[in-house]
Amino acid sequence: MSPFRISWKSLAAKPLSSALNILLIAFGTGILTILLLASTQIEEKLNNNSKDIDLVVGAKGSPLQLILSSIYYIDFPTGNIPLKEANELAHNPFVKRATPLALGDNYNGVRIVGTDTNFISLYQLKVQDGKFWKADLEATIGATVAKNQNLKVGDTFFGAHGLTGNSDVHKDHAYKVVGILAPQGNVTDNLILTNIASVWKMHEEPEKAGAHEHHDAPTPNPTSEIQGQEITSLLIQYRSPMSVVMFPRMVNQATNLQSASPAMESTRLFSLIGVGVDTLQWFAILIMLIAAISVFVNLYNSLKERSYDLAIMRTLGASRTKLFVIVILEGLILTIIGTIVGMGLGHLALELIAHYQESSQAKLSGLVFIPSEAYLLLAGLAIGIFASIIPALQAYRSNISKILAKN
Amino acid sequence: MISIQAVAHSYNSNQQLRFKDWQINNGEQWLLLGQSGSGKTTLLHILTGILKPTAGEVRIGDTSIYQLSPKALDRFRGRQIGIIFQRPHLIKSLTIAENLLLAQSFAKLPENHERLDEVLKSLDMLHKKNAYPNELSQGQLQRISIARAVINKPALLIADEPTSSLDDKNAEAVLELLLQQSGLNQATLVVATHDKRVKDAFTHTYDLT
Repeated sequence: MSPFRISWKSLAAKPLSSALNILLIAFGTGILTILLLASTQIEEKLNNNSKDIDLVVGAKGSPLQLILSSIYYIDFPTGNIPLKEANELAHNPFVKRATPLALGDNYNGVRIVGTDTNFISLYQLKVQDGKFWKADLEATIGATVAKNQNLKVGDTFFGAHGLTGNSDVHKDHAYKVVGILAPQGNVTDNLILTNIASVWKMHEEPEKAGAHEHHDAPTPNPTSEIQGQEITSLLIQYRSPMSVVMFPRMVNQATNLQSASPAMESTRLFSLIGVGVDTLQWFAILIMLIAAISVFVNLYNSLKERSYDLAIMRTLGASRTKLFVIVILEGLILTIIGTIVGMGLGHLALELIAHYQESSQAKLSGLVFIPSEAYLLLAGLAIGIFASIIPALQAYRSNISKILAKN
Repeated sequence: MISIQAVAHSYNSNQQLRFKDWQINNGEQWLLLGQSGSGKTTLLHILTGILKPTAGEVRIGDTSIYQLSPKALDRFRGRQIGIIFQRPHLIKSLTIAENLLLAQSFAKLPENHERLDEVLKSLDMLHKKNAYPNELSQGQLQRISIARAVINKPALLIADEPTSSLDDKNAEAVLELLLQQSGLNQATLVVATHDKRVKDAFTHTYDLT
């Protein structure tokens, strides 16, 4: 009969109050787990997706909206910018690389992005199957898109107008899948990439279409092809750190465009979310505290009932230390089971949330384990010891002669 | 051999209990007589090593038990002394077998299931081995507490009012079991009581009055 077995059986003899304690701790830990996982994953995604992008230039509007639409593909774009102006900025000496984006269509909620080869080098994309898009209406799709939408190389699909829903399908032109990207672990897994001309083609008014057709398709020269057209935004990579100071100001003052820094906007976004996260965190800590008190009350009360039990154990040869260990173990068993159950629930809940999540761009996962979860386990241990130390000391100090004489 | 010499105990400064010297030879069966309040429980607690007297010496075999460290005394008590209380008290969350194994492991002895079966059989309780204490009657529980007291083959078996809460028939049965078990396990027996029904069974008497 090890002390662990004795503690375990003592808890098992009171299933209701033990379960209540475990439940309380599990709830607290569960909420903390969800917060920890979600905020880590969101932060990771935010940083991962904006890794090499120094500045986004787009139409005037909310800078946050510009970042969300052009880097994270979450919000609606702010509007369009003339390609001519964009090209001028792209050739600015401060700029190392400028990647144009043309948004506006989707396929089953997956955004179709018109861009050029700069996008490939910006995100260091690789294909796992087929090739990169080249001609109009050729599309290279992200790894997740291929899996979720069941698309293979050679398949065709119709884009729909807007960023979600497929009410307004562009039936005139079908995209053809020419390649599938290797999984990148960032937003490109959930995108359909094509060239800018294809996106324009979709939006040509039927009567205008004829006028443009002879002009657009056969010309190999991209600059002449996109004359007088509009794009959504430009992703800028700076040539030197000097540009950080000069370039955004130049864009905002000298042109009719707006520039937004992903780093700054992400920080702003995170500080907005942060308030909610903080509140929830305190709420979870409060639950944990209540759980600790409940474990304490449970052990303290049961100790009163069990003082005679413990005295009998002493007469059977158990030392004071052994009683101390038995009571501490009871607290630890409750809190550790509670913590593990809570972590399991947290992962499960997050996986469920992810399952019902609409935005495929910021998809969370409950199946990821992060090292900081070890701190939760440590916190569980600490709460167990905190809650049981007083009852355990009491068991240690109890005067068995007195207890036995009373009965 | 068990002896107490010049033992006195005071719970507070005004009042002191003195106990006359007492010598018990191995295998003897003694009756400890005294009215309630005469210090009977105090003396039993001193004998069992759970209450250190303010003065005097208690020897069990070759050991002066209050010279031992607290931890060694706990262990000594677990191995050498078996105690039976007025009301049988078993750990409710453990089965009968586990309650007895508990006595073995607290005494730091290896778990011995043969011995467990042997003791339960001698008390005719083997069929309740896997039952929980609340499934047993008071008389059955008292048998189990006797089993728990003798399982480690102690040198000294002490019973504190083992019969006072039982009817004539059960009192007689329990007394018989105590005598039988102390003989069977070659343990010295000390029974503290003010129960007149018990007196006749003993030749040695230590009177507190």
